[in-house]
Formats: sequence, C-alpha cells, structure tokens
Amino acid sequence: MSTAPAEVTYRDALNQALREEMARDESVFLMGEDIGHFDGAFKVTRGLLKEFGEQRVVDTPITEAGFTGLGIGAAMAGLRPVIEIMTVNFALVAMDQIVSNASKIHYMFGGQVPVPMVIRMPGGAGHQLSAQHSHSLEAMFTHVPGLKVVVPATPEDAKGLLKTAIRDDDPVIFLESEGLYGKKGPVGGEDDLIPFGQAVVRRPGRDCTVIAHSRMVWVALAAAEQLAAQGIEIEVVDPRTFRPLDLDTLAASVARTSRAVVVDEGWPECGIAAGLAAHLYDACFDMLDAPIRRVNAADVPMPYAKNLEQAAIPQPHDVVAAVMATLAREVPR
Amino acid sequence: MSTSPAPLASPDDMRDMFRTMTLIRRFEEKASEQYMAGRIGGFLHLAIGEEAAIVGTVSALRPDDPLTSTYREHGQALARGSDPRAIMAELLGRATGICGGRGGSMHLMDLGRSFYGGYGIVGGAVPLALGLAWAAKYRGGDQVAVTMFGEGAANQGVVSECFNMAGLWNLPIVFLILNNQYGMGTPVERAAAVDDFFPRAAAYDIESWKVDGMDVLGVRAAVSEAARLAREDGRPACVELLAYRYKGHSMSDPDTVRSSEEKERWQARDPLVTFERVLLGEGIMGADDIAAMRTEVQQVVDDAAAYAEQGPEVPVAELARNVYAQPWNDDPRGSALVRP
Repeated sequence: MSTAPAEVTYRDALNQALREEMARDESVFLMGEDIGHFDGAFKVTRGLLKEFGEQRVVDTPITEAGFTGLGIGAAMAGLRPVIEIMTVNFALVAMDQIVSNASKIHYMFGGQVPVPMVIRMPGGAGHQLSAQHSHSLEAMFTHVPGLKVVVPATPEDAKGLLKTAIRDDDPVIFLESEGLYGKKGPVGGEDDLIPFGQAVVRRPGRDCTVIAHSRMVWVALAAAEQLAAQGIEIEVVDPRTFRPLDLDTLAASVARTSRAVVVDEGWPECGIAAGLAAHLYDACFDMLDAPIRRVNAADVPMPYAKNLEQAAIPQPHDVVAAVMATLAREVPR
Repeated sequence: MSTSPAPLASPDDMRDMFRTMTLIRRFEEKASEQYMAGRIGGFLHLAIGEEAAIVGTVSALRPDDPLTSTYREHGQALARGSDPRAIMAELLGRATGICGGRGGSMHLMDLGRSFYGGYGIVGGAVPLALGLAWAAKYRGGDQVAVTMFGEGAANQGVVSECFNMAGLWNLPIVFLILNNQYGMGTPVERAAAVDDFFPRAAAYDIESWKVDGMDVLGVRAAVSEAARLAREDGRPACVELLAYRYKGHSMSDPDTVRSSEEKERWQARDPLVTFERVLLGEGIMGADDIAAMRTEVQQVVDDAAAYAEQGPEVPVAELARNVYAQPWNDDPRGSALVRP
C-alpha cells in the first residue's frame, strides 16, 4: 500500500484524537463552552455530541473556574476529562483551579490521587483581536511544577500528542494555536501516540539552531527559506512539549551549530525564550560562538491596528535578523 | 453499596458522635500545645467550637460519600476515622504523616476514607466536590459529594458558579456552609449584603435551609435530609450551619476583634456541654461512661503526639517525589532537564 496518507487540518487532527480516545475509553468526556450543539468555537469538537451524546460532550455555562475545577474533581474520581477553555485568554479566570488545585493535588497529598485531565485551549495573536484576546501564556503554565505543557505545531503532532495527553495521568495543558487550525498535513493512525519530551528537528542546518514551537515553527521555516537564499542554513528544532523538556535534543543541535535563536510568540520578560536560553547557556556555554538571541512578541499589550499588531508579533524577518546577528552579519535588504 | 445512616441517631450513634466530638476537641488542644512548643510550623487553624457541625455532618454521610473541606479540617479527617497518629505526624511534617509531610495542617487527605482533602484557597475546593458529584452521576453511582466551606467562601465567585452548575445539571452534591460568622477578622455584617447565605443556593433552584450548627443532632438530621435529596431525588441541597469558632482564625491571630461577651455567649452553648447534658438526661451515657471515654480519648491524643514526635523526617532525597503521577525524572532542581 503506497497511497500517500490523506492530509487533514490541525483542527480535524484534534477531532480525530478526541473521537478515537472517547471510543477507546468511556471515562473520557469533554466539557466546555459551546463545544456540543455549536460544534466548538473553532469546530474542533464537530460532530462529537451527535456521536457520543450529552453525557460525554457537555456544553457548560460561561464559568471557566467552575468547570475547570469540576474537571479536576472528576479526574480525582478517576475519570479523564478533556476540558476545553475556548481560548487561553479565559484560562486566566481559571488560573486558581489550574495552579492551586490541578498542579498541586498529587504532590500536596503525598501521591494519594492523580489528576488525569487535559485542559485544551488555543492561543496566539494575528486576527486583530487586540489586547485581551491575543495571549500566548506558555510561560505562565510552564512555570508551574505539576503541570505538563504541550505545544503542537503540526496536525500530526496535534493528534499524536493529544492522544498521549488524554492517556497521561497528570494534568496536561494542551496549547493549540488559533492560527494553525486550518493548517493541513498528514496524521498518524489510531495507535500512533507521540511521547512527551521528544523534540524534533523540523529542518536540518549547520549554521544556527532556531528553536520554535507551535505557530512559530512555521515562522522559523519561512525564515529558513529566506536565509537559504543567502546561503545560510538554519536548523529548526521544535521542543513540542515544555514540560517535560527534551533539552538533550536542543543542546545537541546547538552544539553542532554553535549558535542559537529562540523564537516565542509570548512576551520577552521571564518568558519561554528566556527560560530556554538559560537552559542552553547551562548546557552548552562552551560551544557557543555568539550570544543566544531571543525573538519575542513586543513587550506591549497587543494592539488592535493591523500594522501595529503585525509589528508586535514575531515575523520571519525578525528571525532572519536574529540569525544574522548571531552570525555577525548585516541583514540583507 | 452501603446504607445511609438514619437521620435520627441511635444511642450507639450518639455515643460515637460524642466520642468523636471529644476527640476533635482534645486533638485541637494538643495541636495548639504542639504549635506553641514550636513543633508545628506554618498555619494552624483550630475548629474548637465547630465540633457539632463537623460530627453532625460526617455522621449523616455514608463512608463512601466523597467529602472535601477547607484548611480547617483536622476534625473532618478525625470524624471520617483517619488515624490520629498519622494526622498529628502530618502536622509535625514527618514522613509518617498522612500525606508524607507534604501537606501539613491545611492539606490532609485520606482517600481510603473518601476524604478528598483540605484546601487552602477559600472557596477553591467547592468545584472539586462538584466534579466528584459529577463522576458519581457519570458512573451511575449513588454517592453524594459533600463540600464544607465557610460563609466567607460563599462570597467567592466560584462558589456561585458551582451552585449554578449543580442546579442546572441536578448533581448529587450537598453544599455545607459552616457559618462561623467571621472571615478571618471580618464579621458577616461587614462582608455580606445579606446575613443569611443559604438563599444564595436557593437562587439556583437548590433546596436550602439553615440550622443551629451547635446542635449535633439537629445538624445530623438536616444533613441526612440534604443527602437524601441528593441521593434519592438527584437534586443538590445546601445547609447553612450557624456556629462559632472559639479561637482566632489561626494560631497567629490574637483574636482581638471579637468581644469577650460575644465569645462567652457562644461558649455558653458549647456543643460538647449541651450534648453531654442530652446524653446524661436520656440515660444514654452515665457520668462514669463519660469519664472513661474522656480518659480513653486523652490517651489516643497523647499517643498520637508521642508517635508524631518519634516519626522520622522526610528524606530530602524525596523532595521531588510525586510532583507527577507519571514522572520523567525525580531531579528536584531541574525536572525539565531530562526526557523520559
């Protein structure tokens, strides 16, 4: 059988993962705002209500702290809730439940009860949704021991990592990207789970390592094309999960290229890029030929105006400029 | 499936309840001593005065009804039958503690007794209990989830969120508002627009009422009826228990806000004293029985304290144990550093 695998969108890849895991395990149920009759704000849960019924696909009131906490309690009772928070922005309302309860319960009570749940939510900017609807909060979640943090960039990863997340015994923060739902690609089958803590090289290269996750992988790959035209080959590495973090693969790449740029759609201060840079300085300071550069969102609340928004989000030319800086070269005009 | 306790306590039930109330009182007094002696760190919140509310509630539940509490929860654990030795060892931060020294006074849990823990963020455990009720219903079980929280927590938004979902989805949960009339040092009349809290649940179509939380038999009857509604009719219920804590909010609170007249007025209705009068008056216990029970309870508490003090410290090598149920390594200084 040599037929090429059908390409599906990131959205449908997630849908497949949910459907397969729900069919496999009756303890899996979905809960969130408008995920049932409305098919989900981003249509990730399309058709699942019809297939699995109202007991397992539950439309909630607008009550993020309440239903996130409900999910934690249900997980403590041995169910496997997949909670959809419509966007990461609304997770801030549920932060007490996530940080004070979900992440702590297994440790704080001496390992008596695990919290096997997934909290799915999309984030990211780019649709002129302005300051309150454009967050990238990977750093906030990654800061917290007890959580696992997953950031898929491709349909294949979206599916395989979500399946792993649902079967995992810890609370998993599953961060999707609003800008990737329509992205197409091949996906794995029912038994293709992608383990946590395994970074992947998206494009090999000798001159500089560029670490990027989620939608920023595609920004980095676009930059790679531009740089290749200048004869510069970057290696794009996608961590795929921040907790656990596959530092070995990241550091091995940096050891090969002696240069690193970290791209992150979140803010710069105490952010993902800052944290990864610190890990890389610890792991491979002696191998570096230049300071590690960070490419972040601008340190401002996201503005509405299109031109300002685009200026605030990392773009391929920002990555190009950072790579050129590590190579001590002028940015081509 | 076990049977629900009868709303009316039998003589045996009443003896048990009185013993448990006495155990809680003596345990809290011993914990206070241990704190003053510097053996207990952090916060220590005592439930002295609230014994009837705690024991009346727990005695009305089945042992498999999941229960959550606040950080003032030694009494709930004791009432559920947790080992006083393991609780005291937890307070002292020892490896022999009920949570291996990771939780301390505020975070006791005894899963084997369906005690789903004490939580430190006011109101934060209420949605957990809602999830426990959800799970019971999801599985077709007949357990009733019970969550005890204070009237101060009732002002937290998430509690109203839970009232709404419980009423909307007919979840088998009993909300127990232990109204001890103070949120730390702020009295109800300076914190709430309306002094009664049970009408808040009623606003969400939850059957709700208020009873005297100093009367253990009345609490048991009320909570029995609430649990019956949840178990048999599949409807949530809410009971407000009006009670009084004799001590400050925690050991670090010098308790200067409340007047001595007020404290004396409530202590005149001490739940142990009034219940003892009932037991003696009805001939359920004689003075000798009570004296013997007190001696036995004091021995249990003294033994718990001795056991706790002898318990080993938790090995620092186990610092990072149990951060994850499915860990990829146990390095406390950088758990992100190594892949599985």
